[in-house]
Formats: sequence, structure tokens, C-alpha cells
Amino acid sequence: MTKIGENISIASHENMQMNGMQKLSVTLGILGLFILVLSLFNVNFPNKEIWLATAIALILVGVITYANKTYLNQPAGIKNNGVWHTNFTNKGTLAWMTGIVLTSFYVVLYWYPQYLGLNQEGGKNTGIVAFFDPLSLILNGKAATQWFVYGTLYTVAILGLGYKFILKYRHNKYQLVRTLSVMFFQLGFAFLIPEILEKLNPEKAYFAKDLKNMWPLNYYFFNDWHLKSMLEGGNLGMFMLIFGIAMIFIISPILTYFYGKRWYCSWVCGCGGLAETAGDSFRHLSSKSTISWKIERWMIHSVLVFSFIMTIAVIFTFLSDNPQMSFITKDQFIFGIVIFLALFTIVLYVFKRKDMDTDAIYTMLSLVAIIIISLLLNYFSGKQNILFLDSNSLREWYGFAIGAAFSGVVGVGFYPILGNRVWCRFGCPMAAILGLQQRLFSRFRITTNGGQCISCGNCSTYCEMGIDVRSYAQKGENIVRSSCVGCGICSAVCPRGVLKLENNSVSGRINANEILLGNDVDLLDLINNK
Amino acid sequence: MEHIVIIGNGIAGVTLARHIRKKSESKITIVSNENEFFFSRTALMYVFMGHMKFEHTQPYENDFWKKNKIELTLGQVIQVVPSAKEIILANDKKISYDKLVLATGSKPNKFGWPGEELKGVTGLYHKKDLESLEKWSVNANRAVIVGGGLIGIELAEMLRSRDIQVTLLVREKSFWAGILPFDESQMINRHIVEHNIDLRLETNLVEILSDESGNAKGVVTDKGEIILCDIVGLTAGVSPNIDFLKNSGIELGKGIKVDRFLETNIKDIYAIGDCAEQRVAIGERTVVEAVWYTGRMMGETLSQTLSGIPTAYNPGNWFNSAKFLDIEYQTYGWVLAKPKEYEAQFYWEHQQGKKAIRISFDKSNRTFLGINTFGIRMRHEFFDKVLTEKKTVEYVIENLLKANFDPEFFTSHHKEIQKQFYKQFDSFKTA
Repeated sequence: MTKIGENISIASHENMQMNGMQKLSVTLGILGLFILVLSLFNVNFPNKEIWLATAIALILVGVITYANKTYLNQPAGIKNNGVWHTNFTNKGTLAWMTGIVLTSFYVVLYWYPQYLGLNQEGGKNTGIVAFFDPLSLILNGKAATQWFVYGTLYTVAILGLGYKFILKYRHNKYQLVRTLSVMFFQLGFAFLIPEILEKLNPEKAYFAKDLKNMWPLNYYFFNDWHLKSMLEGGNLGMFMLIFGIAMIFIISPILTYFYGKRWYCSWVCGCGGLAETAGDSFRHLSSKSTISWKIERWMIHSVLVFSFIMTIAVIFTFLSDNPQMSFITKDQFIFGIVIFLALFTIVLYVFKRKDMDTDAIYTMLSLVAIIIISLLLNYFSGKQNILFLDSNSLREWYGFAIGAAFSGVVGVGFYPILGNRVWCRFGCPMAAILGLQQRLFSRFRITTNGGQCISCGNCSTYCEMGIDVRSYAQKGENIVRSSCVGCGICSAVCPRGVLKLENNSVSGRINANEILLGNDVDLLDLINNK
Repeated sequence: MEHIVIIGNGIAGVTLARHIRKKSESKITIVSNENEFFFSRTALMYVFMGHMKFEHTQPYENDFWKKNKIELTLGQVIQVVPSAKEIILANDKKISYDKLVLATGSKPNKFGWPGEELKGVTGLYHKKDLESLEKWSVNANRAVIVGGGLIGIELAEMLRSRDIQVTLLVREKSFWAGILPFDESQMINRHIVEHNIDLRLETNLVEILSDESGNAKGVVTDKGEIILCDIVGLTAGVSPNIDFLKNSGIELGKGIKVDRFLETNIKDIYAIGDCAEQRVAIGERTVVEAVWYTGRMMGETLSQTLSGIPTAYNPGNWFNSAKFLDIEYQTYGWVLAKPKEYEAQFYWEHQQGKKAIRISFDKSNRTFLGINTFGIRMRHEFFDKVLTEKKTVEYVIENLLKANFDPEFFTSHHKEIQKQFYKQFDSFKTA
């Protein structure tokens, strides 16, 4: 009477052998990539547009078929089987190889675009850059650049692997909506709209047209060439300038107040978008040790200060060099910054010092003091280098070290080794600012559900930001951390329904219990309220 | 300085140690023979399935214990000598104590089945069980699991994740039928089958067969059937791990008998967690409660007593949770599989059969008694308050949305549930 059927779920587990369809889909994807590689080596494709379309289609079809075959033949639910057993997702050879390929790609992209076929003398492109010409001509009316190639591949990655992510978490509507959002913002705001706007304004010098890519993530926003391009960029340029500034000072603080920094980091941002989709397979690799947390806090805030100083310096230079183009004088700017910093620090100290660690307060106070003193010193001694440093070299160093090396080479190149949010966690100045707002003035928190936690550790393991979620959950304490990007995966993987991302009143947001719900009511009161 | 010795570094013992350390400077020693550092036993399954590494099951970093001056000793306690106030380890080491706490947990039940000691036969409780499974699963094609409860279904899920075919023998008519009412239990049955697990209801193990070299090669069921397999999982419940106390003078029943202050018949010796047995049952609770949460709560309570504030163990409203493959389960208050005569039950199931709730209430005064939820997360705080304040079932039905703890954007079924409730219990509404 044995009714044990043949096992039909060979494909249903990630740590098992791939089935035929999965192998076929991987082959399709690799074929697509192979065409791109061939173009890199200047293989002369006739009908480039057809070959380009074929390559992109093959990649997308490969990813989609693979995702269908992997997830749709089994019940919806958490799909982490074998994550730590699989070479690719557990820092094995394949992971290292992928890391090396990605890293080299970024090195070439940033510093040696000629190897991708970019003609830096302005002549005709070759290689993979030229291969993307047909699409570039359609979208922005110009020949492709290495950035166009990168943007296209980036968008393909977010769309294809976003689809995979949606199938993987299809039982969880928060993940569904959030992923559709990052896919939408990447395709529309980061890719199509800027390219089309470029086409509509062909004669204007380049300035960033991605509305959501705000300073300081877009570190060159206040650089002199960029300010000039915007100021000379007609209505669109002026709009981008005003909207960009409004984003920094008005829109983003308001949204962060209501929803936490997740509105940006895991719903809108392109870096976050890639991390959540393409990087999802590596989210568990982030380090959860307290040491990493310490390094994270020092590093990310140092980058924030660096970007802040760099920006003050370049704006000062711009105002000195182009007084006729500016709304404000350099005097007003310097005193404005000094007043802003002083006010900001005083307000923070007066109202929020209880929410901050002592070392954070001291660091903040001394940093602000140093910045103000050096600003004033330099200003009154009539120097051009407003912060003792040459704004040009500051800018170049920032662009090299943070803009390219950190965010690209390390940030994405090291996905398979360090996890998918290395940049967001250790380096992104935008995340640092939004994080401060989230920690100090936001309605967002992750609520823990009474005494239901069993300390299993799924939440901590799958936190891409390296937050030890469990350490809060097992104490019944809400999670209010500046680094939390609100991806919601901790809540998704929790087997006992303990975690919920919520926006609620600010008071009582941070709670600390010694005795958890479920025990003696009197004991609870006695200990927790003493 | 007072020396508190705790035997066992599970959730009960470790919670106790942490809380004592917050209040006092007593010397604390935890003795364990399983692993040097505390880990979450409930997470062992995720290590096998590759969701986590073993290190991830450890809630505290390794230097936590030193920092908090909690001494960890690895060793098997073979004897407790109350007259000398000392314990003796297998390596003849003696540790003397001022206060002794027994938090030794459970061991898987075995009922004297022929072949239960063969190679390839294991429970799922200890870290070493996991290591055995790891070893055996490499070449295994089929496993038979005996026991239709929480651990049985977890073991089934684990083995399926390695593509091992699983037959699950359930003694009852339906999965976990002693606890789950019929409808929910049926729903879980269907879900088990959906995961390609061969579910055999009302089937008992008779014998485990051995090959020439002492490995399990199959089982014989009470239906006379032989099922060949490489692994046999024995998951028919657990019982207190107390064998080493037999001649110690400590009063034993099923577990270690304790009073409401968690003290045994011998002064300065206490027992908490799975191994403790209440002399008198507390409310609807069983005298031995092998549940993570009660272990933790006993640890929290005893820490008060051992820090000089004598405190009786007084667990609040009952709650529990589990996950059956992909279906999450939570329960608050009491929903009995066989309703008492004063009890009425309301059941709603989602049309796709992956979500359900059952609410139990008192027929006479409509007091809410408890809820089972499947695939819907509920707020512990809400139901704890409702139970304490003895709110009515209507209050709960009206506030289902407030009680909900699902992630944002999840479909809320509260309207559908409300509608069905009032249709079914109209007389109550108008009464």
C-alpha cells in the first residue's frame, strides 16, 4: 500500500541539484552575457540592435525562467534552505570568482573605460560601449557611454532579480510592494526619465536628472561644474536645483519622520534597489558582531563628515569664483553654515541628548566645534581654502575614495563576500543622515510581539544591515536603530510572528523590558517600572 | 560570597543566571554537558536546513559570559549530594554550592520499541542529535518519523530540505489532534501532504528493523506494513531529564517536584524549566510544561527569589506558538481540542486553506477564553489584556484589526471573519 510517490520536488530546494529547465535557463542567461562579452572583444555584430536586444532578452528570460522553476513549483514560504550549504551563497569559490569579476568590472568602469570601448578623444566608440549605441540613440539621442552601459545593465539586474525576489517572497505583500517600488524607481526615475530628458535637452551641459538621487548620495550635486550646468540648464536645470535642495531639507526629513529611512533606502534608492534584488542571496553575510557595529558607526559618520566638509569647500569655491551666478554671497554662506551647525547642535543637545550615547555626543560636539573654528579661522584670514584644504583635491579624493572605490568597487563588488549592504551600512552619507533622523525623530520602529520570541536567530542572520535583531526581540524591546533600512526581512523570516515594522507615535517608541509579557503581571510591573 | 550553581544552560538556566547577575554579585556557575555556550534549541532545525550556521543560534557573543562573571563548566553531572551541598561530575570533579538550581531540560521519549537503540535512530533534541542526522542524511533516501507533534513535523521539514523522502507516523486520527481541534488539524494534514510528506494517520510503530551491522533498515507498523528506511526519528514527546537524581533524596515524579517557589523538597535546591513538575497544576496548565516560554518565565521568577525577594511562580495567561512548515501558529488563552460543556467555539478558515482562526468563549456570559490563529499573526499584548480583563468575544471580534500583527499591506480578513461570526452566533449578538 506504499504510496510514497517519486520525489517530484527535486527543484524545490536551493541546495539541491538543478533540474533540466533550471539548467536551460542558466544557459540562456549565460548566453546573453556571453554576447555582451563578445562585444567587449570587438566582435563585429551585424544588426547590432538585434544582437543587443537578443542579449538583454536572453538574460531576462534566463532569470525569469530560473525563478519560475525554482519557486513556483512549491508552496509559498521562506526559501532559505541550503543558503549556508551552497558554495555561491556561503563565500565559496564561486562567490569569490563572482566578487572578483564584479570588482574588476567596477575598476575598469571607473578608471579604465577605454577597455570597455569608450573613445576618450571623442571619436567613435568601440567594444561594449559601441554595442549599446542603438539603445542609447533611441533613449537619449547620443552615442552610448560607459555610464549608459552600466545604467542599462544595472536596470536589467534590478528588474530581473527583482522578479526573482518577488517570487521568492510571494507570500509577503510588504516585500511585493516594496520590490515593485524599487523596480519602478530604477526603471523610471533612474533610467528612462533622465535619458529621455537628456534627449529633450541635447544642447545643455550634463547635470543629474535623477530626481531621487539626492545629495549627499549624489556627492557632486554641489560641485562647481554641476551647479553651473544646473544654473545654465534652463527651467529643467533650475527645477533640479530647487527640487534637489528641497529633497535635502524638506521632503526627506518629512518622509523619514513618518515612515523611517526605509522610504528611501529600501523603497526608492538605486543602491538599495540593487542590494535588495541582486544582492538578496548575500544578505546573511553581513557581520553581526558588536565590533562591526562599532566600526560601522565610526566609518559611516566619518564619511558623512568628509562629504559635508567637501561640500562646504566646493560651494565656497564656487561662490568665490562665480559671484555673478549665485543667489547668496560667500559671506552669507559661511555664516549661514556656522549658524546652521550651531543651532542644529544646540537643538540636538537640548532635546535629544538622552537618546544618544555619550561617545556620540562628545564626537558630535567636538566635530562641530572643529568645523566652526576652522571655518571662521580661514574666513577671517581671507584664505581660499575654507577648511585648510584645497576644495579641488578634496572633491577629487572624495570622488575617488567614496564615490567610486567605496560605493562601487567595494559596495557591489564585495556583495558575495561581505554581504549586500556594505556600502549602505559603512559608507553611505545619505544613509547616515537619514539614520540620524530615524533614530532621533521618527515614528518608525520594529515592534516586538510580547513574549513570543524563541531566540532562534533567523532575524539577526538575515538582517542585511548586520543588526542583531534578536538581542532586542528576546528582551521584548522595540528596534529603533539608525542603520535599519526597513527591508522587512526580519519580520518575514521570523517563525513565530514576533516582528512588525510600524509607524506609530514617537513617545514610548523605545521601550526596555526586563521581564517579558506572559509572566506574572505583578512581577512585570515590579521589575519593568521600577 | 554565595555560590549559585545551575545545572543546564538552556533557556531556563541562562535566563536565571542573567537576571541574578543584574541584581546581585553572587558567584554563578552554569554546568552543562552539551555545549559550552548557550544556544537556542528551537533553532537547531534551521542549522540542519542551512538557514543558519550553528554560531547563529547563540544569542550572546562568547565573551558575554566572562563580562558578566558567569562561569561556564562543561561536564556531565552524575550525582547531587544534598548533605554535602555539592555536585559530582563524571570526571570526579566536585563543585560545592550554596544554592543549586536544576534546569536539566528534557530527553526524547522512547517507549521500549524493539530496535530503538540502533544506529540511524534518533530523537530531535540535543545538539548531538543534529550531528547524527547530519552524518546519516548524506546517504539516506527515506526516513520514518514517529510522532505527530511539533517536533515530528519539524524533523520532517528538515529531512525534506535534504530531499529525503519522509513518512510521518501519527498515532492519532489527525496531526497533533490532542491539542488542535479537528478543522485546524485537517488543514495541517493537507499542508503536510502538499510538502510531499507521506502522512500515515492512526499508525503506530511496532518495531525498528536492523541490518547485519546494527543500522536501522526499516520499521514495522501496527498495520503490518514494513517501510524500508535509513533514518528513524523518534519524536513522540519529551520527558524530564532527571535520571541522575534518582538516589539523591530529591523528590521526583514525572519531573522534579517543586512548590510554587520552584523549590524542591530539599532546602536550597530548586528546579526550573522542562524538568520541573508542579505539585499542583496551575490553572489549565499541565504539571510539567516543556515549553520555551515557561522555561524562560521560571528563570525570571526564580531570579527574584535567589536575589532575596521570595517570589512565587505565577505564570500569566497561556500563550504559545509554532510553525508547521509554512503555516505559522499562535495561541493565546485556552482553545481546547475537545470543548468543555461551558465552551462555544467559532471557526473561520480562509478559502485557500492556509489561514484560519478559532475563538473559544464561554457560552453563558460570552467571556473570551482563547484563540488559535494560523497564518495570521496576532498581538500578544492585545490578547493578554483581553484575557486578564475578561473581555467578551464580541469585543475581540470587533477589534480584530487592532489585534492583528501581520506585516504592512497584508490582506486583513477581519470583515469576513466578523460577518461569519455574526451569522453563526446571531443569537448571541441579540441575546
